[in-house]
Amino acid sequence: MNRKKYWKKGLMLSFILALLFFADVLVGSVHIPINDLLSAGTGKSTTSSDILLQFRLPKAMTCVLAGGALATGGLLMQTLFRNPLAGPDVLGLSSGASLMVAILIFASQSNAGLSLLFFTSPWSIAIGASVGGGLVFILIIAIAQYIKDNTSLLIIGLMVSAVTSSLVSVLQFIGQAEDLQTFMIWTLGSVGSTNWNELKVLAAVVSIGITIAYFSSKSLNIWLLGENYAQGLGMNVPHSRFWIVVSTGLLTGAVTAFCGPITFVGLAVPHLVRLLVPTTNHKILIPAVICGGASLLLLCDLISQLPGNTQILPLNAVTSLIGAPIVIWMIIKSKTVRV
Amino acid sequence: MSKTKTIVQTYNLSIGYNQDGKALCLFDSLNITLSAGELVCFMGPNGIGKSSLIRTLAGLQRPLEGEIHISKEQAIALVLTDKITAVNMSVYDLISYGRYPYLSWNISLSKRDHALINEAITLVHIEDLINKRLYELSDGQLQMVMIAKALTQDTPVLFLDEPTAHLDLNNRVEIMNTLRELSRTAGKAILVVTHELDLALQTADRIWLATTDKKIKEGIPEDLVLDGSFDQVFQFKGFDLKTGKVHHKPYRNISVNLIGDGHEYLWTKNALERAGYGMEKNSSITIEVHATSNSPLWDLTSENKKTVFSSLAKLLNNLKSH
Repeated sequence: MNRKKYWKKGLMLSFILALLFFADVLVGSVHIPINDLLSAGTGKSTTSSDILLQFRLPKAMTCVLAGGALATGGLLMQTLFRNPLAGPDVLGLSSGASLMVAILIFASQSNAGLSLLFFTSPWSIAIGASVGGGLVFILIIAIAQYIKDNTSLLIIGLMVSAVTSSLVSVLQFIGQAEDLQTFMIWTLGSVGSTNWNELKVLAAVVSIGITIAYFSSKSLNIWLLGENYAQGLGMNVPHSRFWIVVSTGLLTGAVTAFCGPITFVGLAVPHLVRLLVPTTNHKILIPAVICGGASLLLLCDLISQLPGNTQILPLNAVTSLIGAPIVIWMIIKSKTVRV
Repeated sequence: MSKTKTIVQTYNLSIGYNQDGKALCLFDSLNITLSAGELVCFMGPNGIGKSSLIRTLAGLQRPLEGEIHISKEQAIALVLTDKITAVNMSVYDLISYGRYPYLSWNISLSKRDHALINEAITLVHIEDLINKRLYELSDGQLQMVMIAKALTQDTPVLFLDEPTAHLDLNNRVEIMNTLRELSRTAGKAILVVTHELDLALQTADRIWLATTDKKIKEGIPEDLVLDGSFDQVFQFKGFDLKTGKVHHKPYRNISVNLIGDGHEYLWTKNALERAGYGMEKNSSITIEVHATSNSPLWDLTSENKKTVFSSLAKLLNNLKSH
């Protein structure tokens, strides 16, 4: 019915995304003129082109992938649980990842052998986070097959988070000061530390997650009516829940592994996008939240670099600092938020 | 009517839940039928298991024992009591859900799908709602939209779980009339769980009455009223089903002789009985109702004194002094 209107909004979102992407590549602590941006494409190696190709471009692409992935994960969870407060981390994946990373960081310091084993590879943190997130993921999938309703799944996810978070606090309490700082920095989230190889892995996993999500559009739509109507419309409920959890797990897990637990984007973007594109059809919502999530994370990254300054703000501080007022403003403007 | 076609039939069906390895049986060995073109109201006290039976018949829940035969697959469309929380959805989108069982993952509605959606919209007369979103609808309108969604599923059977709960009289009558019309014109078999006794008695072709011995008594409404089945199940307290009225005790020990006819007579009788007066032909107090072109007038004759009243309230007020 309103297909045309949605196309217009889609184009607008993509335009904003493209604009922010270029801004993110151009702006940074080192000033790079636009001419150098063009010459970087020709393959000549200069300082500017090195900064662009080895640092800023991967960073901007990480923003796009992470933002899109987290926003999609948030949308999936909000729909599955029919709860506006759900985010991609409700399944406890980021907490699981945090626990594993905490163990890695704190154990490595007190045990030189472990340190050698893990920190010889730059992938160690990513692998640790993946293992932690993956274990929680397997636990949640197993529980999802066993229990019947979504609310129980939501509560179990929150409980798993609570347990892993408290274990992390214990580790922080007994850990050494330097380790504590290393860990704190990881929990603040970062999009600047991914290299091209890591980016490839991130892109592959995120693509798989988003593909599953997009193919689940129909069942996501049906989930909005609740479990009984879903069954009444002939949907295979456990099957659909399984794939939605798998998709969210892949999306959140991959992002947490490479960027740390980035908060807020997954929770806020679906709400912002729904206010902008008032539809409940996930075939439209999923591409829209991908654009929205990517744009918001790019914007936050731009701001975190404090243009013209060498200081960089922690990403998680910026996502909430920028995101929360936007959400509050939009809610006040439209009076109400609906899932 | 041509020969009725049975669409849903159960054979020794027992339903309920398995709790801690023990079966909690709600209905036992049911042999019930539902046919094309009939509107059946499913009645019974709260908590007896009506919704569970509907869920079982619709395949949302396994039966404990027995079999359910349905004439074709995907034959049942549901209107449940579940609240729709996605109130941002458009009415048209919600109705289009009826086509989902027939769509691929890509959810692209064909011309035929749109035609069926529009047909359902016309059948329940909600053309003026299609551009609205759910949060703009009243409860009654939402119920009509849910019925349209169920119709869009294009199934021979429709199950509705308390579609008239929390609605005002006007909406209740409208919904029951719509359902009745659908059973006639579209030939659907419609099963409605309802607590609206008066409405059910007047609109249903047949009643399924859940009895306390875990069975269901089938029959046309009037038969069940006259053979006392309803009284048995509901244990009416102060309601006389055969007259359709709430029973009043003439606690004032005063009787009046009421003369008149038509609506005026009936409503006056209603007011007097509610106020605790008995009716007796040779009472010393006579009340005569006169229908006039505007509002009626009441003559009260008592001890050879005649007074005229312009409203029942004034009449009752005066009667109190006797």
